[in-house]
Amino acid sequence: MLLARVIGNVVSTQKNQRYEGSRIMLCRQISPEGADMDYTCLALDSVSAGEGDIVLIVQEGLSASTAATGKAGAAIDSAIVGVVDYVDLLPKE
Amino acid sequence: MQIARVIGNVVSTIKNESLHAKKLMIVQTLDADLKPKGKPIIALDAVGAGVGELVFWCRGKEASFPFKRDDTPTDCTIVGIIDSDAHVYQK
Repeated sequence: MLLARVIGNVVSTQKNQRYEGSRIMLCRQISPEGADMDYTCLALDSVSAGEGDIVLIVQEGLSASTAATGKAGAAIDSAIVGVVDYVDLLPKE
Repeated sequence: MQIARVIGNVVSTIKNESLHAKKLMIVQTLDADLKPKGKPIIALDAVGAGVGELVFWCRGKEASFPFKRDDTPTDCTIVGIIDSDAHVYQK
């Protein structure tokens, strides 16, 4: 799974019907220290994450479709499955 | 899923029959600032996207789910059209 920050969202009216009613969030991967990385992706929000939140993204279709739409078998490959409160990291020696 | 720009399409008459009557579009994946990233790939169209439009695609086994699931050999499908370039909001 990815640690990422929600940096925005995308509006799409004409889309696959399984995307109906869910928010498509634009996220940027961050390192455990919180530094921005250059990988960005779209993920379907299932935990009402807001912009600027640190979130957990699952990038496997079956779990993403089940988490985002309640049923497997949708053309969804990434979903936000959690909002991170804080990251506990071992200090570098 | 990733944001991408449709930059062209591919015409193929001799192909797997379950790809019949489906558009094969050339898409260039874009980053959050709509700058090209990575190499152009071919995606099957499931929502009627046109050349030049901003779309987003889905990869992996799920890419065949909008179609007849098990026999559509696609690993990348366009599953949504973004309303316009201005509809990509970013803080």
